[in-house]
Amino acid sequence: MRKPIRVLIAKPGLDGHDRGALIIAQALRDDGMEVIYTGIRQTPSQIVATAIQEDVDLIGLSCLSGAHNELFSEVVRLLNEQGAPDIPIFAGGVIPASDIPYLKKIGIKEVFPPGSTIKETIAFIRQMFSMEG
Amino acid sequence: MERKKSFETLSGIPLKTVYDESDSPKHLPKPGEFPYTRGIHKNMYRSRLWTMRQYAGFGSAEETNKRYRYLLKQGQAGLSVAFDLPTQIGYDSDDSMSIGEVGKVGVAIDSLTDMEKLFEGIPLDQVSTSMTINAPASILLAMYMVTAEKQGVDPKKIMGTIQNDILKEYIARGTYIFPPKPSMRLITDVFQYCMEHTPHFNTISISGYHIREAGSTAVQEIAFTLANAIAYVEAAVKAGLDVDQFAPRLSFFFNAHNHFLEEIAKFRAARRMWATIMRDRFHAKLPKSMQLRFHTQTAGSTLTAQQPDNNIVRVTLQALASVLGGTQSLHTNARDEALALPTEESARIALRTQQIIAHESGVADTVDPFGGSYVIESLTDEIEEAAGSYLKQIEELGGAVDAVEQGFMQREIRKAALATQRDIESTEQIIVGMNQFKIEHEEPPELLRVDPALSDKQIKSLKKIKSDRNSEAVQIALQQLQQAASQDDNLMPFILNAVRVYATVGEICNSLRKVFGEYTV
Repeated sequence: MRKPIRVLIAKPGLDGHDRGALIIAQALRDDGMEVIYTGIRQTPSQIVATAIQEDVDLIGLSCLSGAHNELFSEVVRLLNEQGAPDIPIFAGGVIPASDIPYLKKIGIKEVFPPGSTIKETIAFIRQMFSMEG
Repeated sequence: MERKKSFETLSGIPLKTVYDESDSPKHLPKPGEFPYTRGIHKNMYRSRLWTMRQYAGFGSAEETNKRYRYLLKQGQAGLSVAFDLPTQIGYDSDDSMSIGEVGKVGVAIDSLTDMEKLFEGIPLDQVSTSMTINAPASILLAMYMVTAEKQGVDPKKIMGTIQNDILKEYIARGTYIFPPKPSMRLITDVFQYCMEHTPHFNTISISGYHIREAGSTAVQEIAFTLANAIAYVEAAVKAGLDVDQFAPRLSFFFNAHNHFLEEIAKFRAARRMWATIMRDRFHAKLPKSMQLRFHTQTAGSTLTAQQPDNNIVRVTLQALASVLGGTQSLHTNARDEALALPTEESARIALRTQQIIAHESGVADTVDPFGGSYVIESLTDEIEEAAGSYLKQIEELGGAVDAVEQGFMQREIRKAALATQRDIESTEQIIVGMNQFKIEHEEPPELLRVDPALSDKQIKSLKKIKSDRNSEAVQIALQQLQQAASQDDNLMPFILNAVRVYATVGEICNSLRKVFGEYTV
């Protein structure tokens, strides 16, 4: 049997809207993944430190305050700087379609804007890991 | 043959095929009479319409001031300030914690200077202002009072509301700073100080809104809100305050969600429960202490990013439910808020929605038009009963503060939120334009963008304020505040002193952090 996928769900910045993060965390757990949820108000460096320490397979970032461009790019930068550029990142939250090309360009693998489903998110993760495996 | 096996409200209350006189109480007390189920006033909107109060704020104080003047010119009756997250969590714009967040979800306020700019040209004795501020509520209220003074307005004349409801921050909204105990003290200090100094200011807005947005049901929304309210009243009574002196300044804030009938009933049930609690549990004597006054906002979480113009229709129905439920003031969301802060055009349509309900629909011309409706009266009773059993459960856990610390409400909300998500994904719950009736290609709407240079500008102006002010006076004011915080003086006069010499929100909060510590989950 394969090892379960380990996911870090993280809330960077000061945003307290954690409904989406909590739902995704629970849904991925129900789907058999190992999920670590950071709680709200994490700095990008705290998130990166947790990701490395917990040896996760991927990171999910959630932001609903509009600070996603600044905060997500900082997480990417720190992952690179700390020698973990291969941990893939997916993201969700109040993210306008016009920001998605930028986020993908900096290396976010997929963005799930409002209206996305648990099913889509799980399918995306499973597919990414089956291709690699 | 019916469309579904069973029908129920969003809280899971079963709906019968038809309701009749056996579902409805025989005697209904009139509007303006205890327990105020039908409304807190005899004439309701025939005397005065609800206050149309649109929550707004973004970027700098100057920019937000422009939006306020625009909204007032469009016929809005009261202001409602949205602060950015650093302000709400007590960080200055130049703090490393504020990166990316300055001016994003609201206006950035660092010092009195920003507050003065925010209300420039807006006479504070004529407009009422609601401020969505919690952990640092006393600081922003102090800034507002001093701004009024500088305009030549006696703070005794200012009108408005501070949210000041910390318990729901731990439960659902997340902008806490200090642990529960010192936070409750800050709140009772405000109650006490304001009784005398700002008698027309509501000292708290006990909020179910965010509990609902986090995913609770309608029943949980009013149960948890009333449980929190009980905790505040208990804390104030314990601090030696007379219930009839502060209770008339307590106000509430609810969500108007999708299930039209359940929402109308929810507001009516909340009023009846509160009146009974205040009379029987806290032995209030004044009718004003028993009357639940509330602001309503339509449910942001029901807005879809897909086909956003449909949101105008959702908002209309939600707003209508809140008016039929007897709200005292109302914010209607703009169609584009699933994606960004509203553009000026979207904000105007949202305000027009209220004006159409008020002036064209006729629902404001008779009191409690749905009173006596079999189904509404029956749902009012059922919601009261279900919320009452939650209140009992919370009581058994030791009250709201203990229940919050044990994560009880948080868990209940989480369960409900996940169930809703699953219902939407299985199309058990249909969301038009999102999981049914979709269209393939949508033109992205025009969205409001906060100026990315704003943060730098705000930090620059903060630097200037810091170099222009009397830094010795600031140090003394902060030391005195810290000293007072470690004893049991009322903190409001000390906060006012600090604000007057242009101490910043971050500095004042840091002084309090040194004494109170910080709350972490």
